[in-house]
Amino acid sequence: MMTEDQRSITPPGTPEMPPEPGPARLILTLGLAGFFSGLLLVSGFVLTRPVIERNKAEALKAAVYQVLEGCVTFEQLIWDGQVLRQGASEGEDIAPVYIGFGKEGQVLGFAITSEEPGFQDIIKAIYGYDPALDQIIGMEILESKETPGLGDKIFKDARFKTNFEALAVLPEIVSVKFGEKANPHEVEAITGATISSKAVTRLLQKGMTEWREPIRSFVLTLKGEGTSGSHEKS
Amino acid sequence: MGKDQHTDWDVLIKGLWRENPVFVAVLGMCPTLAVTNTAINSLAMAAATFFVLFFSSLLVSLLRKVIAKQVRITTYIVIIATFVSLVDMLLAALVPDIHKELGAFIALIVVNCLILGRQEAFAAKNKVGAALMDAIGMGLGFAIALLMIGVVREILGNGSLFDIPIFGTSFEPWIIMILPPGGFFTLGFLLLLFNAVALRRTKANAVTS
Repeated sequence: MMTEDQRSITPPGTPEMPPEPGPARLILTLGLAGFFSGLLLVSGFVLTRPVIERNKAEALKAAVYQVLEGCVTFEQLIWDGQVLRQGASEGEDIAPVYIGFGKEGQVLGFAITSEEPGFQDIIKAIYGYDPALDQIIGMEILESKETPGLGDKIFKDARFKTNFEALAVLPEIVSVKFGEKANPHEVEAITGATISSKAVTRLLQKGMTEWREPIRSFVLTLKGEGTSGSHEKS
Repeated sequence: MGKDQHTDWDVLIKGLWRENPVFVAVLGMCPTLAVTNTAINSLAMAAATFFVLFFSSLLVSLLRKVIAKQVRITTYIVIIATFVSLVDMLLAALVPDIHKELGAFIALIVVNCLILGRQEAFAAKNKVGAALMDAIGMGLGFAIALLMIGVVREILGNGSLFDIPIFGTSFEPWIIMILPPGGFFTLGFLLLLFNAVALRRTKANAVTS
């Protein structure tokens, strides 16, 4: 029985409420939504993956050329657990280290990829290292989800990038406030994006801690074999 | 037929001004404040949101009689999240530079309450044509608002517009405008302006009627 009040709020001619759907109908609705969503996502993933992979490979290639000035070809090195070496991998790890060659086949330097957590997500970068000068000679950001307009200045701000044109690796790469750089191993941070700038500094230092010695040993081996006579920069 | 078209047109127009998602409904504040520090970022975010809003509205409206009321919000979220993931993959494949620019904010479109709000308030109750008009109107209204904020912030905070420098080297950029407080300042100022205009129009209409 409806009370007077209930009757007064129900406009005349309102259709009766449809019966409550059973649990099977609810499960079916959500199941179908999930199924079609999965279908769309998998199709999207399968269709876009080759293009995304190609974009990444091209970005990496362009970045190696960018961080090693004059580089015409490069090769990824293999890490067998003790030393770096050239050639195809025979079950050993592929190192995040690329050796770059100039026009005459001379070794120009090494490009190293490294990553560190930034403000939003992992920042992945590649940088050029010249073992003869013991300096970083260029840096490019490969992946970053830093705040647009702020943290993204790590790859958009030309002034920040000049930090990495001749950055000494020893004693340690450190970040300093903008305008306070006094030593060749210091990186001037971006005002308003200190966390992102420090993350870049850390990833460089991390890469150098890990790969400086193996690269130097690799260069000595090359010299021993007499294949890198032209490595010494003029 | 003619009347229906007229109504659909009204549905589209209301998103641009009368019910603008940013300046009137104050929805979608996360991207509004976070990615509007340059005009290009504003446009790219608006385009990605438009894509998600358009296709979510299409699907929700088409399936409005099939989706049980009790699980509608979950279903809408699944639909919206699907399109957000698709737009993320499409941007990464087709325009990797813009994808890199927008960073984490593409994934965050999924929690933009403008999109879920339009599904619940409009698409779930209306025919496909009207739902799409609503999505277009709201999408464009959102784009206009983001672009207005982005233009002001980029000009003052960076001295440029669409990455083209517009002031000489003597101009000292107002860094704060591209920092988070700049987003709040600009939004507050534009809200004030928008409300002042709306109030004036209401008063003018009251006098004439």
